[in-house]
Amino acid sequence: MTEKLAIAMTVNGKRYEGLVEPRLSLADFLRDQLGLTGTHLGCEQGICGSCTVLFNGETVRSCLLLAVQARGGALLTVEGLAAEADNEEPLHPIQQGFIETLGFQCGFCTPGFLMTIYEFLGENPSPSEDEIRERLSGNLCRCTGYQNIVAAVLWAAERLRAKSDR
Amino acid sequence: MVLTSTGFIGRSVKPDKSSRFLTGNGMYVGDIRLPNMLHAALLRSTHAHARIRRVDVKKALGLDGVVGVWTWREIENRISPFPESFEIHPVRWLEGVKPVLRGPRPTALAQAKVHYVGEPVAIAVAEDRHRAEDGVDEIGVDYETLPVVVDPDEALKAGATLIHDGSTDNLVFSFTIDKGNVDGALGAAPYRLRERFRHHRYCAAPLECRGVVAWVEPKTNILTVWSSTQMPHLVRRQIAAQLDLPEETVRVIAPDIGGGFGPKVFVYPEEILVPFLALQLGRPVKWIEDRAEHFISTAHGRDQRHEVELALDETGRILGLRDRFLLDNGAYNPMGLTDAYNTAAHLQGPYKIPNLSVTGTCVSTNKVPNAPYRGAGRPEAVFVMERCMDLIAAKLSLDPAEVRRRNFVQPDEMPYHAGILYRDGEPICYDSGNYPETLAQALKAAGYEALRKQQDDLRQHGRYLGIGIGCYVEGTGVGSFEGAKVRIDTSGQIVIATGATGHGQGHETVFAQIAADLWGVTPDDVRLIEGDTAAIEFGCGTFGSRSSVNVGSAMFEASARLKEKVLRLAAHLLEANPDDLELSGGKVSIRGMPQRSVSFSELARASVPGWASKLPEGLDPGLEATFYFVPATVTWSNAAHVAVIEVEIDTGKIKLLDYVVSHDAGKLINPLLVEGQIHGGVAQGIGAALFEEICYDANGQLLSGSFMDYLLPGAMEVPKIKTVHLESPSPLNPLGIKGLGEGGAIAPPAAIANALADALLPFAVPVNEIPLSPSRVLELLARPHPFPLSQEGRERMPRAKTQSRQGSEK
Repeated sequence: MTEKLAIAMTVNGKRYEGLVEPRLSLADFLRDQLGLTGTHLGCEQGICGSCTVLFNGETVRSCLLLAVQARGGALLTVEGLAAEADNEEPLHPIQQGFIETLGFQCGFCTPGFLMTIYEFLGENPSPSEDEIRERLSGNLCRCTGYQNIVAAVLWAAERLRAKSDR
Repeated sequence: MVLTSTGFIGRSVKPDKSSRFLTGNGMYVGDIRLPNMLHAALLRSTHAHARIRRVDVKKALGLDGVVGVWTWREIENRISPFPESFEIHPVRWLEGVKPVLRGPRPTALAQAKVHYVGEPVAIAVAEDRHRAEDGVDEIGVDYETLPVVVDPDEALKAGATLIHDGSTDNLVFSFTIDKGNVDGALGAAPYRLRERFRHHRYCAAPLECRGVVAWVEPKTNILTVWSSTQMPHLVRRQIAAQLDLPEETVRVIAPDIGGGFGPKVFVYPEEILVPFLALQLGRPVKWIEDRAEHFISTAHGRDQRHEVELALDETGRILGLRDRFLLDNGAYNPMGLTDAYNTAAHLQGPYKIPNLSVTGTCVSTNKVPNAPYRGAGRPEAVFVMERCMDLIAAKLSLDPAEVRRRNFVQPDEMPYHAGILYRDGEPICYDSGNYPETLAQALKAAGYEALRKQQDDLRQHGRYLGIGIGCYVEGTGVGSFEGAKVRIDTSGQIVIATGATGHGQGHETVFAQIAADLWGVTPDDVRLIEGDTAAIEFGCGTFGSRSSVNVGSAMFEASARLKEKVLRLAAHLLEANPDDLELSGGKVSIRGMPQRSVSFSELARASVPGWASKLPEGLDPGLEATFYFVPATVTWSNAAHVAVIEVEIDTGKIKLLDYVVSHDAGKLINPLLVEGQIHGGVAQGIGAALFEEICYDANGQLLSGSFMDYLLPGAMEVPKIKTVHLESPSPLNPLGIKGLGEGGAIAPPAAIANALADALLPFAVPVNEIPLSPSRVLELLARPHPFPLSQEGRERMPRAKTQSRQGSEK
């Protein structure tokens, strides 16, 4: 297992190169080698969704993907989310929605939710509450009971629509 | 001391101070990286009960990157055992309740025997986590397996396999509390009820597992330990005691914590082992629990069996209650009688019960230790009592809400003495509240009367709607103390340090609101430092719905003391009388002359010692005061929950249609955060009622060891929760606050079980245990499963076995 492989990928618009053991997960690569610790590990079995990141525009569980599988790809993690918003604010509207409605408590699952919602609102800018709940059902939160996360998505969707109308 | 007029208390201040969690900048234990850091992994027992013949580490030590492996032999003379329990029961309580209390002292690594699957046997340290786990894989253990005890009733029987060497039975503790004459009440009552209930084993499952990083800071030799804990001061005390170090040379930091909910309130083997290894190796060491480990090493909760007898009059009033219950403790008892006594203390709930006898017994089994989890004994009590309320209603053909109304403590009876001791040793006294009103508000918000009518109509069409009520009272803000160090720094900010340690409750926001009102500033002018033993000398931690009550009160008292000094200094600088001064906008000014003022920053700089000091004679340097608040006793919150469900009788599926929480936690500091706490608590209670169960097989092997088998509720399973706030201020603390962190989780099992029994009233099924999975509902209805399991599948289903045994008991 000690033979290392060279990989390169783009994370949050920045190019990274590294030497990794084949068994290293993408999550561990992001966290331990790139220091992007906003991506959290809640189960390492692909269930809780805390480690969700975007890989070539689609959400993936970074605990289930090996770093070498992400070779050559473009990744977006929570650290890069604010910069994706077309504004001068320090937070993306999705992040701001979580502040407005208290969509988080301990914050551990939050990055995974944010990435899931980012992908979702890109596909469905005017979701119903039921659609939101269905889409969020792959991410576990133990603190909020989801109600305020749903409210945060509705808040962000409205804000994003208002912006795109301008 | 009076509050200023800024009025932040009571406002839904948004959590701007916590925006780091949205940008990936939270700093949890797993995110800490130190130069030259090593990584640890544990070898855990694969057997529930076995003697360790031999541990062979030779192969592991030969692996590239493995630095060392430690077993019992290497720590035997270096790490003292744990205490029997971390809970310090007050003398007054011990004298009043006189419990029988025993218990083995666990060791950081298993000595001669393992007592549950997951017990730590060895720890390997390597250059990275992969290599540490490679090392663990190569450790060979020769076990001699022993008979396994998984059933708590069996564990108590004469001749049962003994779990701990040197013990004569498996009893951990027992106690009885009495008031009045239950035998007399049961003998004379016109009606009696007798029932058994079981509240199953489940777990807190915070999204962040546990984790520890330890490092000896070279210059000071201070052992610095980061741990995902709710109790940094306790962890410090325990490290110092077990490693024989002066407590002052250990610093424990709880950084951002990804949820706690109870099981992070005591000290685990890894919290001693990792610091020990950092000292031994002279390098930082990190250990992060993974989810698979979490299920077999972090404490589970609940797991009680109750046998209840009730004496009733013709109108449904309770004349007497006897409850005997058994708590399945698992292999060790980290938190003493906390859960069990909470159950006993909360059993009467908001009701008047003239004659009472509760006997709690706790027994060891070969399972993961059992410890407090959000509610800590209260959900069990409320499940029993609230099911009884509905059974009374069914027996006497009364409306369940009416039975409760007839038994409630009335508002004009406050303060009400419940006739037994709380676990702080003080007589239980419900300090304020209007229980009938709390229920009335819940019923109104749910549309109770209309629902009853709808229920009748739907039944005509073969659809089963159920409405379930769950009422409770909760002792909150328990001692023994919490402190606040209030300081004004040279920038003029108010800095609060406390031993409480939030893990999602929003302390940064809430305590800033309180400080803002105490000092006439805005929450932005307040900084909170918590979770660091270096920040304040003494601390308890965050658990038991206690932090706002205790920290808020400590902040109030510390601020009052500091304000005296601030006014004296300001009076000196402004050449005025302290009585003529007022605080506002971060300044002290002469009343009526706002231009004659001095800012907090100027005052703080004036109090710096030395040549630039402007301190008058008799005032010491610095603007700081510390107060440790010791509550007289707990203050009692109350709530009424209403669950509305529909049951599909062909599939056993329960759909939650509505959920209402009407609650009274005294003066509310931040309604937005209050609602967040309630939503989250209810979601955990829904998980308990419908989905979550820790299952063991007959060999003590955990069968629900991942999120695929242990089902947390998701966004589709938790309905929109309606909340109604009532405010009966507590007379026991200066801000009138009561606690509410646990509350949401307390009543859902009761309310949902009642809703199921209510929905299935035409079938008269006994809803005496949870979780109410579809298969359990079908079993209750004696209906065939729509997707029958194969014989093999059936044998692997522990729940089905438990169910049939439970069924035969009834």
